[in-house]
Amino acid sequence: MAEWFQDNSGLLGLALLDGLASAGLIFLVAVGLNLVFGVLRIVNVAHGSLYAIGAYAAASVGIFFASLGLPAWASLPALFIAAALVGVVLGPLIERFILRRIYGQEEVLQLLVTFALFMILEDVQKLIWGVQPVQHDVAMRYLGTFDVPFAGDVVPFTAYQLFVLPGVALVVLVGLAWFLRRTLTGRVIVAVTTDREAATAMGIDARRVFLLTFTFGAILAALGGALSSPTGAIVPGIGPQTIVLSFAVVATAGLGQTEGAALTALMIGLGRSIAVYFEPELEVVVPYIIMLAVLLVRPQGLFGTTTTRRI
Amino acid sequence: MTDQPSLSRRGLLAGAAAAVPGAVLMQGSDANAQAQKPAELKIGITTFLSGPASVFGVPGKQAAEMMIDEINKAGGIGGVRLRAYFVDEAPGTEHLVGEFRRLVQSEGVHVMLASISSGSCLACTPLSKDLQKTTILWDCATQRIFEEGPQPFAFRSQGFATPEVLAPLLYLLKTKPDFRTMAVINQDYAWGRDSWEMWRAGMEALKPGVRVVAELFPRLGAPDYTTEITRLLAARPDVIFSGHWGGDLVTLARQAAERRLFERSLFVLPVAEASLPILGRTFPAGHIIGTRGDHWNNHPRPKDPARLKALNDAYRARFNEPVIYPVHHMVQAFNALKAAYDKALAAKGGAWPNDAELAAAFRGLTFDSPTSTITLREDGQGLEDQIVGLSTHVDSTPYAIPKDMVIFPAAMVSTPVGMKSVDWLKSLKPDILGQVPAPIAG
Repeated sequence: MAEWFQDNSGLLGLALLDGLASAGLIFLVAVGLNLVFGVLRIVNVAHGSLYAIGAYAAASVGIFFASLGLPAWASLPALFIAAALVGVVLGPLIERFILRRIYGQEEVLQLLVTFALFMILEDVQKLIWGVQPVQHDVAMRYLGTFDVPFAGDVVPFTAYQLFVLPGVALVVLVGLAWFLRRTLTGRVIVAVTTDREAATAMGIDARRVFLLTFTFGAILAALGGALSSPTGAIVPGIGPQTIVLSFAVVATAGLGQTEGAALTALMIGLGRSIAVYFEPELEVVVPYIIMLAVLLVRPQGLFGTTTTRRI
Repeated sequence: MTDQPSLSRRGLLAGAAAAVPGAVLMQGSDANAQAQKPAELKIGITTFLSGPASVFGVPGKQAAEMMIDEINKAGGIGGVRLRAYFVDEAPGTEHLVGEFRRLVQSEGVHVMLASISSGSCLACTPLSKDLQKTTILWDCATQRIFEEGPQPFAFRSQGFATPEVLAPLLYLLKTKPDFRTMAVINQDYAWGRDSWEMWRAGMEALKPGVRVVAELFPRLGAPDYTTEITRLLAARPDVIFSGHWGGDLVTLARQAAERRLFERSLFVLPVAEASLPILGRTFPAGHIIGTRGDHWNNHPRPKDPARLKALNDAYRARFNEPVIYPVHHMVQAFNALKAAYDKALAAKGGAWPNDAELAAAFRGLTFDSPTSTITLREDGQGLEDQIVGLSTHVDSTPYAIPKDMVIFPAAMVSTPVGMKSVDWLKSLKPDILGQVPAPIAG
């Protein structure tokens, strides 16, 4: 075994870098879904649509900035501006006019409603952006590549994937932890997550917390999409593919667990990249193998807590 | 007492249940019945209207609408106007099969055009037989359709996977034969797996000893290829084969270009054409590219240059998009449909053909596309030439186009009737390289 590690240490090092880049993006999408579920207790299937719209919007804003003759570096803030726009516009609209009507309803109804919303948003994307791949990779090209030494040669990585994606994920993780633990609004959100009835009884305006949390979750979903847009093509169907993986992360982490989502994203990112190097056939199933293994041992998820059933 | 069998309610229901499929079968089995000239010719068209493959499906639908308008403006087929019924393939084969039946049995559709996905075609062709309804396979590529048994009512108006894989392989072996290692990165579904199996069978027959250093099959629609590209950069294969298409190919090419993978390995991309306009100048020169046929817009010797230009101009004017291969495939399907009806009508002295007579007209049918003439073989498979070339950049086009193109005659690269593709590819001899036409310079 030690010999195997020694022989493959170079490849494992590359896999580690790949895993970090991949984990950053997985975390950004899953943490929003996790936050929304933790507070609103709604499994939002339309989260994937917000990711897709964030990606499309980022490409559109980037193309618009370029048409204004702005320099290439402007494509980086364009990603965050697009994500904020999508979250701030769509988040309150969805929460106020759709989700607010189904709080406390049967879970099946909640799933159906968010699924219907997801289907509608999929068609909206096609109406606005068409079906041909949309891409705008100026942000990735602007930052160039970073050469990693390997076997007497170098392997070029894009600086965007190596530094920006994990970096933003880390900032979001730390920022979210600080916000939830150190600010009044954050503590109010935690209070509602922990015990909605008690929090409401103590005068917390749960409706306002729901609106704020969902908007924040929508911004995070759109940010995941926006940050993914410079590295690839945006096509119909990217939303559903993202949401499936996000559900695996949320289930593995424990519902409502931010740090758990980060650790799970890291496990999945690393697991997938190691699989590509050494057993490519397993790459697709690695997230679900990890999920299954964790849930068999801890049905409440890595960081989840068991709740007492009230009778 | 009577010895007459009593008919219980349960027996009545069982009898009715047994009778329904029979009735349905009867409805679908009147292919030889006398046909009346219909008020309108109903065409069912299955295509991807949503999901990642809608990058091909929607252009296909748009091309169908354009062709129907054009044919109707010219008086229809045999004086009958065409009307389309579109079905989305994206929800899956169960939905598709239900819609196929509904269109034929409830809507009275006269001809079906199916499909983009090979899985969809494999699900639809048995129905064409059951319902005895002529079905034109307008875009799917799987070689299995006509290799696994006779298809009395299914016909493919374009090429198929085997020539689409063999032509780039022969181009590689003819023009850049000195490679020793290779890798594959294909989407993890039927085309990805089948195309690699066929490539490998042909390569081992024609150039044994090539070492395969990586076989990667990321899932269809993967948003990121960071790890796969690192793996390929570390493995340093001389040649990388990829059947990627659509947004997946755009993502792969973008990331590969940025990370200089195109500079280290020669790519062979049989389905590159549709993604090149989106990739712009990011897609580098010097790589082997194909278009699932011969319909490059810069075809060096199109059969009808004016018609090719008219198609390009009309499509771009109406939809503000360049023509890509599914548009050509849909145009070919309608050309085949019109040619078959004209042939069947002529054979009956102008009387309207029934389903069996229409199907008979398709066998051995020859029809023109803007770039060539396509013949449907006795098994129903279309023989379409393949053009493969090296990517290059010219001032007049803002994206890569092929140069040094080789026009592979369809019969040369297509599995003979009655053989299985992989078996045929394994039996190839190196002398086939001597039959490869010379590249057309420029």
